[in-house]
Amino acid sequence: MWEQIRSNQIRSVVLTIGMGALLILIGYFLGFYFFDSPIAGLLIAILVWAGLSLFGYFQGDSVLIRMSRAKKIGPGDHPRLYNIVEEMKIASGLEKMPAVYIIDDPALNAFATGRDPKRAAVAITSGLLQKLNRDELQGVIAHEISHIKNRDVLLMTMCSILLGTIVILAWYGSRFMIFGALTGSRRSSSSRGGGQGNIIILVVALVFMILAPIMAQLIYFAISRKREYLADASGALYTRYPEGLASALEKLGASTGQLKSANQATAPMYIVNPFRKKGMKASDLSSTHPSLSKRIRILRAMSGASFNDYDGAYRQVEQSGKGVIPAGSMAAAAVPLVTRKLEGEAAEPDEIHRTRETSDAMWKLSNYRTVTCDCGTRLRVPPNFKEPGIQCPHCGKTHQV
Amino acid sequence: MLAVYIIIGVLVITFLTIYNSLVRRRNQVKNSWAQIDVQLKRRYDLIPNLVETAKGYMKHERETLEAVTNARNLAQQMSSAGAGERAKAEGELSSVLSRLLAVVENYPDLKANQNFLALQEELASTENKISFSRQFYNDSVLRYNNQTEMFPSNIVASMTGFKASEFFEVTLAAEREAPKVSFT
Repeated sequence: MWEQIRSNQIRSVVLTIGMGALLILIGYFLGFYFFDSPIAGLLIAILVWAGLSLFGYFQGDSVLIRMSRAKKIGPGDHPRLYNIVEEMKIASGLEKMPAVYIIDDPALNAFATGRDPKRAAVAITSGLLQKLNRDELQGVIAHEISHIKNRDVLLMTMCSILLGTIVILAWYGSRFMIFGALTGSRRSSSSRGGGQGNIIILVVALVFMILAPIMAQLIYFAISRKREYLADASGALYTRYPEGLASALEKLGASTGQLKSANQATAPMYIVNPFRKKGMKASDLSSTHPSLSKRIRILRAMSGASFNDYDGAYRQVEQSGKGVIPAGSMAAAAVPLVTRKLEGEAAEPDEIHRTRETSDAMWKLSNYRTVTCDCGTRLRVPPNFKEPGIQCPHCGKTHQV
Repeated sequence: MLAVYIIIGVLVITFLTIYNSLVRRRNQVKNSWAQIDVQLKRRYDLIPNLVETAKGYMKHERETLEAVTNARNLAQQMSSAGAGERAKAEGELSSVLSRLLAVVENYPDLKANQNFLALQEELASTENKISFSRQFYNDSVLRYNNQTEMFPSNIVASMTGFKASEFFEVTLAAEREAPKVSFT
């Protein structure tokens, strides 16, 4: 048990407890104000939260996969991607191979999901799959597998549900309060008789109702950014090659295409913030992800692949004495980096080849058949094609289907 | 009297906790060793297919292909030998394989062969899986060995017979140096 709650989780857990405290305070205020009994308000807050949590725990992962319209692939559909996921599964010591999905979207992004490592999945957009070479893809997948291995998915799902509950309760609470104050039809007004004290409580409660969601969101962003740094560090540790992830992030940063299927609740699971705009300074407090340029600088400043090295690089880039990875999770041993062959030197498919490979996989996943004509033309046969033969538009030869 | 019971109770619980975590770490070492084995076997299976496909195209590389086949057979024979000898044979196989994949660059026809490309991807990935499983094995061994040597778990380890494990090192000069491409 104690091995699972490693010290790198503790800081996130403390922040999560902070969010929980906000929820309890809201419940308390609501109960105090509307029912004259803080306990009733607490009960309501906790019931709403528990209901949403149960839904998130049991349905969260499948909802994310369904919303992004991701297609599951097997080892034969896209061998390179599947192999890389398997390589990272081995490097991280995960017990079970995560399911692999491709999202048919030209935007560049990837995410991991699954409430525990046994039912985990990684998904990547077809756009990213075409853009990245093998080492970069490995870096991205290592980052996603780290989210699974560090159990970030469950943590961030639970945090976003907590955030959602706070936002909902505060929204309704503050509306009812304003409405109640304006019409003077508050239930408890007769029992307490109104007066100066009540107005002060009303104002405090109202201010709190407005501030709580903002505070909760800032905490949520802080947790998310911390997990991103940790996933980058673990990714570098698994591949022993931080340059792969750094160069992938560089390519991701060059594009601003937004992912259609992402939303605020699922944003922390992606490798880069799916909502960033061009020129957005993502290092501020209101982002789920640290700025890309900072992440790249840290990865490139690493002199070894261990957590220690990542922490050192972080201090160097931030020029602060405070590291980003808690000391307890750092192994003492030095971990050397590996050198890889440069692109093109090894038998590495180029971008044209990768695009073809990915689109082949996508056609195949949509049940299209491919017929290769002798003249080199490739014919895509749709699944509802009923004719016995198909003629090649290029050379006129008829193929049996 | 109560204090004595409490102290004994705490000691017993600590002992059991340490013992269980030692067992867990040792099992992880065993599992990750098995994982290396799986990947090495996969490589034995892939090589004959690769050599068979390459043969038709690589008329002038008979020696390289034979070297690969021989190294593969040797490594397979060594698979029941000790870790040290085995690592040596596998390292040899890795280096002749990388030599073969380097000369493939001289054969555009072979590089266009779909079957060969698929095999090459499988082989390259298997090489990666071998090195990643070795990496994870060595990490597990490091964690386990640390626990058997550090206080206070070393007391439990020596009482119950946990011994340090061996690392799987491939320290062949041939594997370290980059493959040379010859244009003869």
